[in-house]
Amino acid sequence: MWETLFRDFSFLPEQASEHAGQVDLLYFFCVALTAVFTVLIPAVMVFVAIKFKRKSDDEVPKPVHGSLPLEIAWSVIPFVVTMVLFGWGAVLFFNYSSPPPNSLDVHVVGKQWMWKIQHPEGKREINQLHVPVNQPIRLIITSEDVLHSFYLPVFRIKRDAVPGRYQTMWFEATKTGEFHLFCAEYCGTEHSLMIGSVIVMSPEEYDQWLQTDDQDGSETPVAAGERLFSELRCNSCHNGAGGNGPSLDSLYRTRVAFTDGTNAIADESYIRESIVDPRRHTVAGFGPMMPTFQGQVSEEQVFELISYIKTLGVE
Amino acid sequence: METTSSSLPLADKPKPNYLTASYGIKSWLLTLDHKRIGILYIITLTTFFMMGGVYAALIRLELLTPAGDLLSSEAYNRTFTGHGVLMVFFVLVPLIPATMGNFLLPLMIGARDVAFPRLNLLSWYLLVIGGLTAASALLTGGVDTGWTFYAPLSSRYANGAVLVAIVGAFIAGFSSILTGLNFVITIHKMRAPGLTWFRLPLMVWAIYATSLIQVLATPVVAITLTLLALERLFGVGIFDPALGGDPILFEHMFWFYSHPVVYIMILPAFGVMSEVISCFSKKAIFGYRIIAYSSLAIAALGFIVWGHHMFVSGQSAYLGLVFSLLTMLIAVPTAIKIFGWLATMWGGSVELATPMLYAMGFIGLFTIGGLTGLFLAAMGLDVHVHDTYFIVAHFHYVMVGSAIMGYMSALHFWWPKMFGRMYPKTLAKVAAVLVFVGFNLTFFPQFVVGYLGMPRRYHFYPPEFQIYNVFSTAGAMVLGIAYLLPLLYFPYSLFKGEKVGANPWGAKGLEWETASPPPTENFEFTPVVTEEAYAYAKEGEPVVH
Repeated sequence: MWETLFRDFSFLPEQASEHAGQVDLLYFFCVALTAVFTVLIPAVMVFVAIKFKRKSDDEVPKPVHGSLPLEIAWSVIPFVVTMVLFGWGAVLFFNYSSPPPNSLDVHVVGKQWMWKIQHPEGKREINQLHVPVNQPIRLIITSEDVLHSFYLPVFRIKRDAVPGRYQTMWFEATKTGEFHLFCAEYCGTEHSLMIGSVIVMSPEEYDQWLQTDDQDGSETPVAAGERLFSELRCNSCHNGAGGNGPSLDSLYRTRVAFTDGTNAIADESYIRESIVDPRRHTVAGFGPMMPTFQGQVSEEQVFELISYIKTLGVE
Repeated sequence: METTSSSLPLADKPKPNYLTASYGIKSWLLTLDHKRIGILYIITLTTFFMMGGVYAALIRLELLTPAGDLLSSEAYNRTFTGHGVLMVFFVLVPLIPATMGNFLLPLMIGARDVAFPRLNLLSWYLLVIGGLTAASALLTGGVDTGWTFYAPLSSRYANGAVLVAIVGAFIAGFSSILTGLNFVITIHKMRAPGLTWFRLPLMVWAIYATSLIQVLATPVVAITLTLLALERLFGVGIFDPALGGDPILFEHMFWFYSHPVVYIMILPAFGVMSEVISCFSKKAIFGYRIIAYSSLAIAALGFIVWGHHMFVSGQSAYLGLVFSLLTMLIAVPTAIKIFGWLATMWGGSVELATPMLYAMGFIGLFTIGGLTGLFLAAMGLDVHVHDTYFIVAHFHYVMVGSAIMGYMSALHFWWPKMFGRMYPKTLAKVAAVLVFVGFNLTFFPQFVVGYLGMPRRYHFYPPEFQIYNVFSTAGAMVLGIAYLLPLLYFPYSLFKGEKVGANPWGAKGLEWETASPPPTENFEFTPVVTEEAYAYAKEGEPVVH
């Protein structure tokens, strides 16, 4: 029994991305820092306990009320060390939240208690995420019900799945294999069963996997979005020909001005908000007349609409 | 009866102390004496601690194997929720201020009682009522939201007695606010003649800083829980996006209270450290003023770092930057304290009595707890370890390793003052060492398994994580035994312990100048303070500044 238990003994999860290696480097630095003080401080205490052991009951040590140089030293040194940690941690964080432009967008929806995943080519899967190696993947994550968190330890990344908004993170796997996927935010009874795996494949294997037709349809999100766009009659206003709504041509990632004088970049979150809560911001020059589609379209359908809208007016 | 007592010569009759001044259950339940109220809190919190401990034992037994074979997932979730709710709201928050603070604060400042004795008794009743309400929720319907009550899980999805548990925490919150208010006013208005702010024991400074947080932060959790109840009861959309609410708002409001709460737990323990370490080194605290100011700095900074719980939650990355930076700054006042205590011991006359062993254990555990906090304040690293066992280990090092060690140190230090008798010293030292060993064995492996990726609040877990959980469970058994020992030798010492005088440790401070146990009125004459705190040196001895 003990051999089986100890076989798994290790201190680091596998590193399956460059980012993972960088996080581990910061971790080693912190561990070293902690180790130094965790050895040094108790060592001082043991030394003091022996060297300055009370010799008699009426012993009165010489009082020392303070020392300005010492107090400055142990204020300034921790300050400098923590500022290094702050900067280092911030750089890693901005790396994790800034995907390269050539990323593949994969959509993730959490619900009690499963992960629903859709690939840009239309392939859907549950609790499994197949990705090609050496290809940046951007995950667009949301939830249908409560908070969840999409956690991939081998890449040292996680992001909460929050109902009502999109969150993104990205990774580029450098190693093929099958690794853990966990839900890290407590989400109710079967939280610990909301697990799965990320399967990193060679590009050829990935293409092959995409071809395997094990489900109905496998329409691409763009095609499904186009169909929905006309089914929901979005084009009766958003037709780019002086309709009641603003044109959606080349909308994605441009700046949109609102009637209240504010503006925003039209990213996925903005387009999502415009579909489910259109009255929150009204585009300048138009009236607040669009009805909400909250409850009429599922999270997957919102994603398909967005995928289609992103292609409008793009050569 | 009358004839017997009048026939005794007056000198033979021992002067009554606060324990013998009156008898009977009513004299305790209606007491306005801060010392008796302190004892009532000790009994109450010990009871809640044992209940929370039973939950902890169930968690550790379940996690011995990766398969969820002892409890159902639902029962497991209720178990860790019960553990968290009881330990945080009903043990750790009131722990040192309500027990030791109540008993000691008036004694330390040379007052007869706190400013509002009736309010003080009401605070105890509120905690008991809140605790019983929460306990009834946990025992009857059960609550499976986690102690964090994150919405919309808690407001719209979870079954069970969530509302009742919220009401319990809400009521206990008022106990905390009123105690804080009482202490702030007591410290401002009731200090003995000559006891200026910078002659106060550092324990009083720490209680003062803690009370400010209790008064300022607790109303926010009361508001948050009320809004949660409104959403759950009437479907008022505040946190659930399906109703037009925002779940991130809940996290902001919750952590605006629940981060300062950590300092409510730890600051009084810092105060205890200053008293114990100076006494058992027979030396004034190194850098008195800077340690006093650092308590206030920690209290103030503690209010503006809550967002470090939310780096991956959907909070803006730039907001995250600010929170990361501010969190790092807390390392500075904390380091000042730790090095100040070490410098106090240096060149002292060091005696390893039980309170000192706990104090040294505190420094060791708090060093690890504090430094691992830096891992979590560094945003890019927190992304990986957030919501894993690394966090569980970190906050247990701070909240149990440090706060409970501080409490145990205080209890062993002032026990002879409270009851006039000493506990069995050797047994107490054995227990102190066992607590330290058991604690590290329980929680150190959790840092490792957390970095490996084991998420917290997992009922089932992958088999490769088992070895660390086996260590943890073994450690928890040692820790459990170590915590049981004082439950045996403290009551024993009440009857059989060696009797001690007013000042068995040769300590400085007004509380050591009155009898042990003190009389109901604390001091026969109002004390007049003419010297600095911790004046262990002989009069006329040259002082090195």
